[in-house]
Amino acid sequence: MYKILKKQTLGPSIREYIIEAPDVARAGKAGQFIVLRLHERGERIPLTIVECNPETGGVTLVVQEVGKSTREMGDQFHEGDTILDFAGPLGEATDIENFGTVICIGGGLGIAPLYPIARDLKAAGNEVIGIIGARNKELMFYEDRMAAVCDELIVKTDDGSHGTQGFVSDPLKEILESGRTINHVWAIGPAIMMKVCADVTRPFEVPTIVSLNSVMIDGTGMCGGCRVDVNGTAKFACVDGPEFDGHQVDFDLLMSRQGYYHEEETCSMDDYMSKYPEGVEQ
Amino acid sequence: MIQEKQTPMREQPAAERVHNFNEVPLGYTPDEAVQEAERCLQCGHAPCVKGCPVGIDIPGFLEHVKNREFAKAISVIKQDNALPAVCGRVCPQENQCQGVCTLAGRFDPVAIGRLERFCADWEAENGAVDMEKPAENGKKIAIIGAGPAGLTVAGEMRRRGYAVTMFELLHVAGGVLMYGIPEFRLPKDIVQREIRALCEMGVDVEVNQVVGRTQTVQELLDGDYDAVFIGTGAGLPRFLGVPGESLNGVFSANEFLTRTNLMKAYLFPEYDTPIKVGERVVTVGGGNVAMDASRTALRLGAKESVIVYRRSEDELPARAEEVHHAKEEGVQFQLLTNPIEFIGEKGNLKAIRCIKMELGEPDDSGRRRPVPIEGSEFEIEATTVVIAVGNGPHPLIPQTTPNLDLNRWGSIVADPETGLTSIRGVYAGGDIVTGAATVIEAMGAGKRAAAAMHAYLSD
Repeated sequence: MYKILKKQTLGPSIREYIIEAPDVARAGKAGQFIVLRLHERGERIPLTIVECNPETGGVTLVVQEVGKSTREMGDQFHEGDTILDFAGPLGEATDIENFGTVICIGGGLGIAPLYPIARDLKAAGNEVIGIIGARNKELMFYEDRMAAVCDELIVKTDDGSHGTQGFVSDPLKEILESGRTINHVWAIGPAIMMKVCADVTRPFEVPTIVSLNSVMIDGTGMCGGCRVDVNGTAKFACVDGPEFDGHQVDFDLLMSRQGYYHEEETCSMDDYMSKYPEGVEQ
Repeated sequence: MIQEKQTPMREQPAAERVHNFNEVPLGYTPDEAVQEAERCLQCGHAPCVKGCPVGIDIPGFLEHVKNREFAKAISVIKQDNALPAVCGRVCPQENQCQGVCTLAGRFDPVAIGRLERFCADWEAENGAVDMEKPAENGKKIAIIGAGPAGLTVAGEMRRRGYAVTMFELLHVAGGVLMYGIPEFRLPKDIVQREIRALCEMGVDVEVNQVVGRTQTVQELLDGDYDAVFIGTGAGLPRFLGVPGESLNGVFSANEFLTRTNLMKAYLFPEYDTPIKVGERVVTVGGGNVAMDASRTALRLGAKESVIVYRRSEDELPARAEEVHHAKEEGVQFQLLTNPIEFIGEKGNLKAIRCIKMELGEPDDSGRRRPVPIEGSEFEIEATTVVIAVGNGPHPLIPQTTPNLDLNRWGSIVADPETGLTSIRGVYAGGDIVTGAATVIEAMGAGKRAAAAMHAYLSD
């Protein structure tokens, strides 16, 4: 059993949790993920690590309530409660070194896993340009944390309600076209955002790392459900990734695989909502 | 006069069982068990014991069954086998104890597996016997992976007085017994019952433990543990490497079975993990896992379940009993056929392009090599295909343990007699060493490794 040490709301349906898991907190690094299961009937949910604190044993995660299980977590699991299973760290850690000048792009929930990468790149001596984006002001989070680890931070919203209006790929393109030397790019967010960012950097031949959130069960190399085509070969996001060379990922396939259980996800959510028609006290 | 045929075991009728996940064979009654045990000749040289990878005193326990001393019978079995309810169900007895039974040839061999199962189930119903907790000898061992090999080492070492900690990656112990073998062949509460018995002996099982990431094998050795056993299995699914294999609807058998067994997707949405099957499900492969997947598909609602296998019926690697059960349930066999492409529409599988095969000269395995027949391509319409062509070694420990010698397939190199690896104090056994094999072979390797670890730690 793993205790929820802290829970706070970052935006509509976006919550930050600190879960007590000392083994993971000791070993987890930027870029890796964990798998949690709320209860006996729960599914295994992969979530990228935001922060590990070896002293407190806390592992920070940000969860967006997009399906039944994440909704249930938000509704029914409070500070002091425990969740049944929590395993990690899984996957390969981000390759952190002093590349020179790097751009770290986070879209939507992708800002959460991006933050520790930007932090560690900064600590390794890089000049870090941050670009973060969300649909609107309410959905933006971690702006202060990103600002603290970036030399420059550009904030975009789709509707212009905060920062400047537009997509995260817009300033990326402007910076690259300006001729400024950029040695490495990280882009983490929805598949379509990562695809667009990789398309932007490709002609400039700037190495671009993306972090893939494919559907997976065990998260340890056993089911193969998370397989993605990278440079024409099937790779497992869980053990070969989750980070890959964005220029080689088949994003259309990734998006198609992410949507495979859409009907079942709707069914599961409907079933949940029928049990809690009034919603649950927050 | 000896009864020539085995005492039959009742089964759920095929028409009924394809609609549920309940166990198919129903077990012997005490009278049936006694009747079957009476068939043993007590022949003296007992080839069955040598045929058993863990060397159970088979004539000994059969004699007790014959005398209705069921508690004594299960005690005899448990001296050599920590998982009798499992082995009685999933061992390929026909190639082991029963294959060499003195009766075999002239008559049916004694149904040793069914009697083993009977004894284990009798114990579960009538209260456990022999639950003593051995005193600790002050030495500690770590076991990585709580599957058949690891569980066997745990039981053997705890009995010898070692403190035993098992580190399991998944959220439940049991390994392939939990995620792979279906409920209708091996009920999961039976697996957990046997693991509980080990815990009552004092074995400590830690789930959700990612050894290799949270701590390395070397760190375990440098820390609290005097020796380490690696039994992390063959968990890495193999694919065919043909075009279209990443389409939606193409599953590895591991994924298909893990969703269903471990995550209980057959109870979705009561359980949160979903699974999808089309009207026709095609399973590629001819082993026990392929049989499990094809039979699971029917229970998940597929109208048709088809096995596609590249050799002929004679070469099917699955147990005869599994093939028989699959056929009874209506699984179709498309033999001498091999998939060459998965055809999709909007990212989803629509059809499987296959080619017919014929058998040529024998290959390295001694089986006749399947050769494609030019121009014989055809398509099978299906929206679900399950690839059951084997698994490779689970990569996590090999990748994170420097100085651990591996063979060219990535399996751990270990002495076949002792399980000793290239690292002093580190032993390995089961599928992580041999590649995918059987539960009982992994248990046999665990047993030998435990004896060797004990000898090493007693020096």
